[in-house]
Amino acid sequence: MKNLKSRSFLFLFFTLFSLSIYGQDDLMALLNEKEEPTINYTIATFKSTRLISGHSVETNSKGVLQFLIGHRFGRINSGWKDLYGVDNATIRLGFEYGLTDNINIGIGRSGFEKTFDGTLKWKLIRQQSGAKSFPFTSTFVSSIYMNTMDWPYPERENYFSSRINYHHALLIARKFDDVISFQLMPTLVHRNLVQSSKDENTIYSIGLGSSLKLSGSLRFNMEYYYIPEGQIFSTLGGEKVRNSLSVGVDLETGGHVFQLFLTNSRGMAEKFLIGGTSGNWLDGDIHFGFNVSRVFTLKKPKK
Amino acid sequence: MKKIVILAGILIGTVNAFGQKYLTQNGTINFYSETPLENIESVNNQVSSVLDTENGNIVFSLLIKAFSFEKALMQEHFNEKYLESEKYPKSTFKGSILDYSTYELSNEPTKVKIKGQLTIHGVTKEIEVNGSLTKTSDSKIKGESEFLVLLDDYNIKVPSAVSGNIAKEIKIKAIMNYEKFEK
Repeated sequence: MKNLKSRSFLFLFFTLFSLSIYGQDDLMALLNEKEEPTINYTIATFKSTRLISGHSVETNSKGVLQFLIGHRFGRINSGWKDLYGVDNATIRLGFEYGLTDNINIGIGRSGFEKTFDGTLKWKLIRQQSGAKSFPFTSTFVSSIYMNTMDWPYPERENYFSSRINYHHALLIARKFDDVISFQLMPTLVHRNLVQSSKDENTIYSIGLGSSLKLSGSLRFNMEYYYIPEGQIFSTLGGEKVRNSLSVGVDLETGGHVFQLFLTNSRGMAEKFLIGGTSGNWLDGDIHFGFNVSRVFTLKKPKK
Repeated sequence: MKKIVILAGILIGTVNAFGQKYLTQNGTINFYSETPLENIESVNNQVSSVLDTENGNIVFSLLIKAFSFEKALMQEHFNEKYLESEKYPKSTFKGSILDYSTYELSNEPTKVKIKGQLTIHGVTKEIEVNGSLTKTSDSKIKGESEFLVLLDDYNIKVPSAVSGNIAKEIKIKAIMNYEKFEK
């Protein structure tokens, strides 16, 4: 009986308790209970479609046109006569456009080696959490390059195909805690024409990049491409081919991103970073460079 | 013992009679930032809200990431730099309609005052805003409200480079079409 009594008491207690359901907190609890899980996509793994000189996993959204101006000065150690590299600037102009949120096409022209490039970029999967989760963002990038310089040996038979080079990369990036992002860039560069028969036409390289958020508008970036030994034996004007290393910052204001950095690479695309870099950081063969990126929304999403 | 059961039964009965709630999960909240340089507009049409018609309690909840903008980059900046939606994914309001018992809802909008706690960007402030409620059918109520929010109040910082493009005072417009909620 005693047991029964206490049970009824409990029952009454809970009934009375349930009266308080009308409180605002309980209404909120009801909302939370009704809430359906959503997918939370990670945004802004990097600030720009470029980490520094090479691509990041980021793509322009559908209908967005990006105008890119890349600038690299000469080597800082070139001395006073060249104003520490300012005299020997090289430029790349490029446009990239979002066909969809994930597929971009782009064209560009580098003053360095008078090269045109065309790019297809495809974001395959996005880092996400919530209803569905995936640990990283992955983007495939493929470019074709056409060198339009005069033939170095006009007397011999030259083929148009010798002007063509390619690069393909599978970028894998993850953002940690909204503070730091890392990116892996396994990359292939194929050169139709190489200097010597000892050189590999297809070079394998692995890149590593990182971006650290210092504030909402400021980030510190690093980009490195490692070329495993035994692939390139020829020199570039007497200098050994080296791995490309760049460090810099992103500054963002509204629709512009300014990237300022130091690098030992003179070119502004993967083809030049991998196999076209001969500067030695330790000797001061460092170029100051900047990218300015501006986006224009050409097509507005329908409401 | 019997008495207790009867008492409990009565109480449960009352609970059910009392618990008249109206719910929406696709309410709309628009906000407008107007400056001479740029007008920015955004909409979130996945706002959930419950109105308890017995006592006038009302709550709202929304996901910051569900706000959509005309420009993709604006949406990214809104989430990443200003509202920090990774850190503060939700915005909520908990409050009640003042002097609720004195109103009788009809098919004409009834002007009301709503007071409560608005949480944005992890900061909670007490606000009092004007709104209206309309009984559009037996099982439907439409709620509307328009008010201003100061970015400073919610610790939302806008860098000086774009301070001319973003208003310090943001106009919020909410439209909720509630339906009677049966458990």
